[in-house]
Amino acid sequence: MDSELSFWALAVVQTLTFIAAAPLLAGWVQRVKCHLQNRAAPAVWQPYRDLTKLFGKRLVVAHNASWLFRATPYIVFGAMLMACAVVPLVVVHVPTAAIADVIVLVGFFALARFFTALAGLDIGTAFGGMGASREMMVAALAEPAMLMVVFTFSMTAHTTNLSVTTAYILHQGLLLRPSFLFALLALAMVAVAETSRIPVDNPATHLELTMLHEAMILEYGGRHLALIEWASQIKLMIYAVLLINFSFPWGIASEPTLQALSLGVLVVAAKLTLVGVVLVVWETVMAKMRLFRVPQFLGFAFMLSVLGMLTHVMLEGGN
Amino acid sequence: MEFAKLGLYNQAIILFAALALLTSFLMLAQARMLPLIFTFAWQGFLLTMVTVLVAMVTDHRDLYVSALLTFVLKVVVIPWLLYRLSVRLQMQYNAEQIAHPTLLLISGVVLVIFSYFVAKSIIHLSGLATRNIIAVSIAIELLGMLLMCVRKSAVAQVIGFMSMESGIFFAASVSAYGMPLIVELGVAFDILVASILFGVFFFHLRDSFGSLDVGQYNHLSEANGADAIDVRPVMASAHTPGDHA
Repeated sequence: MDSELSFWALAVVQTLTFIAAAPLLAGWVQRVKCHLQNRAAPAVWQPYRDLTKLFGKRLVVAHNASWLFRATPYIVFGAMLMACAVVPLVVVHVPTAAIADVIVLVGFFALARFFTALAGLDIGTAFGGMGASREMMVAALAEPAMLMVVFTFSMTAHTTNLSVTTAYILHQGLLLRPSFLFALLALAMVAVAETSRIPVDNPATHLELTMLHEAMILEYGGRHLALIEWASQIKLMIYAVLLINFSFPWGIASEPTLQALSLGVLVVAAKLTLVGVVLVVWETVMAKMRLFRVPQFLGFAFMLSVLGMLTHVMLEGGN
Repeated sequence: MEFAKLGLYNQAIILFAALALLTSFLMLAQARMLPLIFTFAWQGFLLTMVTVLVAMVTDHRDLYVSALLTFVLKVVVIPWLLYRLSVRLQMQYNAEQIAHPTLLLISGVVLVIFSYFVAKSIIHLSGLATRNIIAVSIAIELLGMLLMCVRKSAVAQVIGFMSMESGIFFAASVSAYGMPLIVELGVAFDILVASILFGVFFFHLRDSFGSLDVGQYNHLSEANGADAIDVRPVMASAHTPGDHA
């Protein structure tokens, strides 16, 4: 009973750490990117400064905004909060993971996206509608690929629970599973599309023709914008942690001792640093795709995830 | 068969076979000429790795010869010949327009499922350690055929043909630990001669039709009447920037 309670406390602390660390990851990515592009780099905690500034600003909302527009930032942030509560970051056994499995995680992302698109349409500006339609197009293609990736992992681990899946991968040791390799590649491609990074979307641009995600949230300001920005930073971190947990979870704490926990924090920080560097290198060498090339990109991701499932059945004997 | 209980070499065999299947899909999706040739060379390299590993695990010495043949032909000679050809035909930077790229990939997946069902009866009969890979080798063959069917450029069709041949070689080495050496040598020599002949054909085709795009050869049909006689201006007007020179 006592250990159960301590796991719940750990889960709460872990979720709070997750939320607090997300802007740090975004800041790190931004800093390395500036270094690689020979620009003067901002400090790693620049996103915290931006968020503080935005939270301090007076709220300005368009006259014709309905309750939907005002509620959306809170719904989006809430969905991300729930999503990062079920992802194991430092400890494998998260009791909250039993409440919502990885399909619900995809559902949380879909919920956030649905309301962002509605809010983009709500104001009635041209950019909002354009951004919403584009985001929905990308989402409709990315979501099946994401679900196939999830199914590939859960066919091996015999569960859709994220904690149990991570523990299974941790327990089986390093195997050269082709299905995992394909699923991870597909997950990385989906992550790039879902977190609006290059080559699908450029998070740093406000250029009308190339915006996807930015076009929807153009009308937001003040604390609304802060919440939405924070939520997208959390989303980036969730995808990074998912990639880590599915590919190389070693180092994550499996028991709630102080030693294991501190090791877990150090290891996950090191891995996230590395993922950030890989993301930046990828974003620097790639050029942004034309919008109409995105279906081909995500179609390839879907094909990879299906191939992952097929190789699991064909080559790994279904076990 | 439990995957986790396999040895490291057997796991590596399966991983490399799966990656070879992935290169077949990459070739389907690749529209540019040079990366297409390089992907073909990578597929040859992966198949060589599988053959070497199978030879190591099963202690079949003659598979090393087969691996050497695959390496020399599929990784070095044929890609080099194709590369030189595409440079001499000045089409190394060409990008083909692939119609319905996603549909193509999905139909590739369907072919993989089909080959799994075909191979399933063989898998039940066979006792070899590599029996699960038979489906992959059939799939590589069928995907090579798909590449030949959908591409318009003659060079890409030749790559599809070579990829089919790789699939047959691969099927032999994983389902029966290789064909008799004399057969393998004969087939390898045939392939080498074929690739040289294809090169000669490319030049003839370009000289007589002005293009290596087989889709344009329809213009020669007599139904087109008068304008079919004077082919070259039609060809030239059909050229878009970045198309074949």
